Amino acid sequence: MSTVSPTLLEARAIAKHFGGVKALTDVSLSIRRGEIYGLIGPNGAGKTTFFNVLTGLYHPDGGELHFDGEKLQASAPHKAAQRGIARTFQNIRLFGNMTAIENVMVGRHVRTRAGVFGAILHDPFTKREEAAIHRRAEELLHYVGIDHRANDLAKHLSYGDQRRLEIARALATEPKLLALDEPAAGMNGTETEELRVLIEGIRADGITVLLIEHDVKLVMGLCDRVAVLDYGVKICEDIPAVVQKDPKVIEAYLGGSVA
Amino acid sequence: MTTLTLESLRHDKRAAIAATAVLGLVLAVLPFAVGNALGNSWLRIVDFALLYIMLALGLNIVVGFAGLLDMGYIAFYAVGAYLYALLASPHFGLHVPIWVIIPCGAVLAGFAGALLGAPTLRLRGDYLAIVTLGFGEIVRIFMNNLNAPVNITNGPQGISGIDPIHLGGITLAKPLTFLGFTIPSLHAYYFLFLALALLIIFVTIRLEDSRIGRAWVAIREDEIAAKACGINTRNIKLLAFTMGASFGGVAGGLFAGFQGFVSPESFNLMESVMVLCMVVLGGMGHIPGVILGGLMLTVLPEFFRHSAGPVQQAIFGKILLDPEALRMLLFGLALVLVMLYRPAGLWPSTTRRREFKGESTTDVLKEGE
Amino acid sequence: MDIFIQQIINGLVLGSIYALVALGYTMVYGIMGLINFAHGEVVMIGAMVALSVVKALAASGLPVFAVILIALAAAALVCMAIGFSVERIAYRPLRRAHKLAPLITAIGISIILQHTAMLVWGRNYHAFPPILPASAHEIFGATITSLQVAIVLIAGLMMAGLMVLINHTRFGRAMRATSENPQIAQLMGVDINKIISATFVIGSALAAVAGLMVSANYSIAHYYMGFMLGLKAFTAAVLGGIGNIAGAVLGGILLGLIEALGAGYIGDLTGGFLGSHYQDIFAFFVLIGVLIFRPSGLIGERVSERA
Repeated sequence: MSTVSPTLLEARAIAKHFGGVKALTDVSLSIRRGEIYGLIGPNGAGKTTFFNVLTGLYHPDGGELHFDGEKLQASAPHKAAQRGIARTFQNIRLFGNMTAIENVMVGRHVRTRAGVFGAILHDPFTKREEAAIHRRAEELLHYVGIDHRANDLAKHLSYGDQRRLEIARALATEPKLLALDEPAAGMNGTETEELRVLIEGIRADGITVLLIEHDVKLVMGLCDRVAVLDYGVKICEDIPAVVQKDPKVIEAYLGGSVA
Repeated sequence: MTTLTLESLRHDKRAAIAATAVLGLVLAVLPFAVGNALGNSWLRIVDFALLYIMLALGLNIVVGFAGLLDMGYIAFYAVGAYLYALLASPHFGLHVPIWVIIPCGAVLAGFAGALLGAPTLRLRGDYLAIVTLGFGEIVRIFMNNLNAPVNITNGPQGISGIDPIHLGGITLAKPLTFLGFTIPSLHAYYFLFLALALLIIFVTIRLEDSRIGRAWVAIREDEIAAKACGINTRNIKLLAFTMGASFGGVAGGLFAGFQGFVSPESFNLMESVMVLCMVVLGGMGHIPGVILGGLMLTVLPEFFRHSAGPVQQAIFGKILLDPEALRMLLFGLALVLVMLYRPAGLWPSTTRRREFKGESTTDVLKEGE
Repeated sequence: MDIFIQQIINGLVLGSIYALVALGYTMVYGIMGLINFAHGEVVMIGAMVALSVVKALAASGLPVFAVILIALAAAALVCMAIGFSVERIAYRPLRRAHKLAPLITAIGISIILQHTAMLVWGRNYHAFPPILPASAHEIFGATITSLQVAIVLIAGLMMAGLMVLINHTRFGRAMRATSENPQIAQLMGVDINKIISATFVIGSALAAVAGLMVSANYSIAHYYMGFMLGLKAFTAAVLGGIGNIAGAVLGGILLGLIEALGAGYIGDLTGGFLGSHYQDIFAFFVLIGVLIFRPSGLIGERVSERA
């Protein structure tokens, strides 16, 4: 493609089942460059399954994903990261016995090249690269606001800081699409507000964001467009104002509580 | 004065230099002190301790850094040792120089590591342990039986008459005369092994604090998250296996030259277990801990071996219990007790508070080389 | 053809013994996800105790049947006590530690058991007293001894009994619940500590029986015999699908057959290049092959990696 397509990610009829349970049934959606796209739905609706297919952890039973103009190889997580998809996990997955800054430095792995010989010999290239990795990691810790915890082990950070660290680590891979799996889970009002500001900042830096979230207020306030999954089927995809009024959505998920 | 800890050394350059000087002096004098005070048999044990430290550091890359449980590690030691034995002994009449054999041993063992790793790395922790254990046994069974129909390994009798290590025209089998000093053979081996052990320590430290080392630890900590960070976990694990195995290959070659004799019995499962215990008991993934583990598990069993008989003789007037059994019994007991009371090992890495602003750890330790 | 039949018979006998030992591995793995490395040594202790008792009573004039029964009871008691204590001392305190810790204690326990046996029974091989009737039967040109028939039958009975225990009793249900999810089982009122202890005790009792069988069948016992036997039985458990009771039985029998046939024919297969002393290698090739191509074992369920 010569011109850059406005669509960053296109999912075509993604299907995934576990045994007899259909976790996803022909889910198609497209995410545009530069938007914050929300994916919501009741528990067990298949949001995280979709995430895992997208990031290569699950092999889809049907359908395909196109990312940035090219087909995305199924079930190859490290290639998804290489292509520019970074993610966080619903139940935070940090490298607990590494320091915060080391966690972020691991995120730089995919964009750096030094090998065994470079590591042993410390040639000028490796030295420069290592310094750059370190500098970038510091910047990112500062960006998410936990630079004061840089040398603490990840497992010793507070819950909110761990969430931030996971985002910093994901950003370190220089993603085009940042996929956040329930980043506000377990956060209080202030923390959620700080998270909202952080996500908007990330978008302002030109990174497209895919957000799975339970906090409806956060999603509706933050997202440009929202898709709703229910029992593995996409029942709605539109701007928040429309989604909120969709009777199917209200019935399936909102239960009329947000009107 | 503040207490001298590794931590304080990282901050205080002068203390680091002083400590290095003291350590250097101790290491230089050690063989003479041990040789004179305790005799040559103990000096041999010290030499062996250096070989085991190399092995433990190699296995530490696989188990300690990358978190892959390898229970057949001794097979790579065997590969290095047999390569040396075949290429430098009357068995085939070959006498290839050491500076060819040792690097070849490293490469061949590394290749064997990759060969073992490639099909097995998808396996979960304990399964990997058992497969590597099986691999180690397969290697040993082949060494035991490859004497017929073509005699390659000379079977259970092993290969003897292996050339001692010699560099240029100098052989380490005889006392060396150097600037008027005479260095006995065991002492010369000590210095050679020490040099290589220091090299391996240096390489390990450099690796630990690199892009590759971080990827290893990331895989150990959380493989799925590591994949999501774009780490090609299969390749990086293979690299761990290869690097670890190549250290084993180097140590194996040195062992063959030092011992002058190899046989399959030197490479049984117990040896793999021993090296694994060095890593785990010392403190997995923590280089000083692993060195301590290697040293302790070489010296303590020998200590028991030497004292189990005489002590019984002194107390009971006769030997009631088989000293070998007693020694192993104590060893087993020590394993259980250390794991129960210090599951992270005797000297685990503490919360590493590294000063990333300013000098990195490597820079300080580099001065310690 | 008679070699073929003979090897099948030998394989079945060997396989029944492997299966009994494999059950011990698989039950413990199923319930706590731990490879009980010391299990092979428990078999060895069972063999040594049984052999010593038989030796002591051989000249007592008791009927052979009674001697064997007393030996079995003694071996079972000792093994059960060992299994129980090993779990209490070496594994229970480490349930929450990192995975390598119980593995190292297991290795430690193996070393302790092995060398305790070395202290008690010495380094020598012990011959099993020839008190058993040496009657042999001819089938299809091959011979099978009464002892071999008894081994296969008793092993079969014990396995059937275990199946009934696990699938049709209250205890078995609690055990299955614990292996499914210990936390939930605990919430449902299952005392998982008791269940785990019982699992070790049952596994050790089976090990004692297997120990007696091995020493009787091969007429020999040795302090070092547990290691290889344990390793192979573990292979059998993996072959069938570790954690799966029926799998352990199937894996044990299959491995026995593979080894016996392999040892019988390896010379022909390789044109005499490899001889029957490579017998021990089959187990490892089988193990590696299974783990690579079918890591969940022959009848194990597929466990996918969950994010």
